[in-house]
Amino acid sequence: MTTTTQPQTTAGSVRVDRDRGRAMLAVGLALVALVALAAAPYFIGPGITTDWGNLFYLVTLASMWNLLAGYAGMLSVGQQGFIGLGAYGVFVFNDRGVNPYLSAVIAAAVVAAIAFPVSYLAFRLRGGYFAIGTWVIAEVMRQIIVRFESLGAGKGRTISAYTEDPILRKAYTYWLALGVMAVALAAGYALLRSRTGLALQSIRDNEPAAGAVGIRVSRVKRLVFIASAAGCAAAGAVICIRSLGVAQPNEIFGVGYSAIMIFAVVIGGIGTIEGPVVGAVVYYLLDKYFGQSGVWYFVGLGLVAILVTLFLPKGIWGELASRWHLSLLPVGYRTRSTPHPTGWLTARDHRP
Amino acid sequence: MSWLNAVVQGVLLGGFFAISALGLSIVFGVMRIVNLAHGALMILAAYGSVLLIERTGLGTWSSLLVVVPVMAALGYLLQRLVLQRAVSISELAPLMVTFGISIMIPNALVELFTSDVQALPTGNLATRSVSAGGIAVGLLPLLTFGIAVVLIAGLQLFLARARSGRLMRAAADDSQALRLMGVDNRVVYAQATAIAFATLALAGVLFGVRQGGVAPFDGQVTVLLAFETVIIGGLGSLWGTLVGGIVLGVTQTLGGEFSPEVPLLVGNLMFLAVLAFRPNGILGRETRA
Repeated sequence: MTTTTQPQTTAGSVRVDRDRGRAMLAVGLALVALVALAAAPYFIGPGITTDWGNLFYLVTLASMWNLLAGYAGMLSVGQQGFIGLGAYGVFVFNDRGVNPYLSAVIAAAVVAAIAFPVSYLAFRLRGGYFAIGTWVIAEVMRQIIVRFESLGAGKGRTISAYTEDPILRKAYTYWLALGVMAVALAAGYALLRSRTGLALQSIRDNEPAAGAVGIRVSRVKRLVFIASAAGCAAAGAVICIRSLGVAQPNEIFGVGYSAIMIFAVVIGGIGTIEGPVVGAVVYYLLDKYFGQSGVWYFVGLGLVAILVTLFLPKGIWGELASRWHLSLLPVGYRTRSTPHPTGWLTARDHRP
Repeated sequence: MSWLNAVVQGVLLGGFFAISALGLSIVFGVMRIVNLAHGALMILAAYGSVLLIERTGLGTWSSLLVVVPVMAALGYLLQRLVLQRAVSISELAPLMVTFGISIMIPNALVELFTSDVQALPTGNLATRSVSAGGIAVGLLPLLTFGIAVVLIAGLQLFLARARSGRLMRAAADDSQALRLMGVDNRVVYAQATAIAFATLALAGVLFGVRQGGVAPFDGQVTVLLAFETVIIGGLGSLWGTLVGGIVLGVTQTLGGEFSPEVPLLVGNLMFLAVLAFRPNGILGRETRA
């Protein structure tokens, strides 16, 4: 009984296909798009780029929420707590002489550190109770922040030191929004293609089974929770810098942001990389053209989200992808058996 | 004496919290659905009363005779037509649907009634009080507490004895086995939702009366308080919600003794402390939410 050792991917064995070529192509295209967008302020007026900045933070928020709900099965309605902390973090570091853009980055890192202990509280709850639990935590954050006189108490405040030249300021703000979105998308994609990504998808599909095959469920979920908090904080900082301050703490800590995130992800397609981007673009366009039509607009958003959940549960991207087998940014694994030299399809060992 | 007074007021406030938490507790207990629209629906019911008082000349209390059955019917239909479908899609779907509803209701109310506070008149009931041992107790909070106790006792009796109550417990335990016995579990679910909506309608009107009126976005506060009450008391226990309500109420009124600005914050912190140290709630069983 001697079995010869053989190279891993010779004929007759099984090969794992990760769609490397397609992923590289899509990432390459994304990099080209990023360079083009980064150059935009040199060619396009600040009015238009400022408007795009709006889209960039929407994409960031939607992707961060999708990471939580679509990949880790954690439906949060409390991400506005981290958005608000990120926005207020800008004041904290800006007041100490740091420029607002660097303050945004520091704020995101600090919020990630805050999210770590918060996760221990939030993870006491599951499912829907996790959802309301995160909402309570966001409320607590708001109620604590508004007790600080230096942060404007309940009235909001403005950034104390910002770039004076309006053209330059708008360009910097645009680049910050673009950079935050690019990092959020890239980090999200890298995470999902990694081993952790596989663990995440198995947790989403069946948490007890994932635990049974040795995945450290809480640790992986915690990692995603913290990453999502940091991304939301960075987006909050962008929102704050775009309007040179916070007008209303109730708004930046408002559950409305959760509504926007959920809407974008559900419409675009939950549990895909591309879906939240599509959904954010849809929300951005709806907001641009119908946002002035008063509060019926929000009633419509709620209704559309319900109808899509019930009748188009995969969302726009999910439907298109499954109809035409589309996947720009594949994260999956496929096994392919390579044909036997004599033409057989077999995975059996060869004997000498 | 002011401390003792705060405790008594807190206990009575707990009665209100318990009533507002009952609907959430029933919907979760029977169908495992967390109704994120709970608070918005409470406020919708209160606006129903406002509308009836304006248009028909009914009083606040007599308007309940219309509002409670209408909300119960709404709950029945919502469960049968919408939530039942959502449950079969995914775990997230019912949450998204109820969250969508919680966004639609307040915004629609702003459009129809403006964002101003709408008054719910109750004659002089809201201001009358009885005093005993130097502590003045408002008649309305006392009445609310009484309603809470009667309601919980009645529901317990219903779940233990009545045929449809027993079916609800059976559906909560094993809906497939219930179907094998020839009972349509979807009807049982819809009945449970109807009862939950009836209690939340009552809670919404009581909320409006306590506050002297309602505003469209009040539901965002009431849903959190109701939820905290359920978790503090412990899932799966109706008397637990009363205990949870009392703990939350006393915490808030004691917090109010320090500063009138902090009751909500102190209540929220109390909730987080319970999560950290007694995640199954005070009367909860060893089951995870």
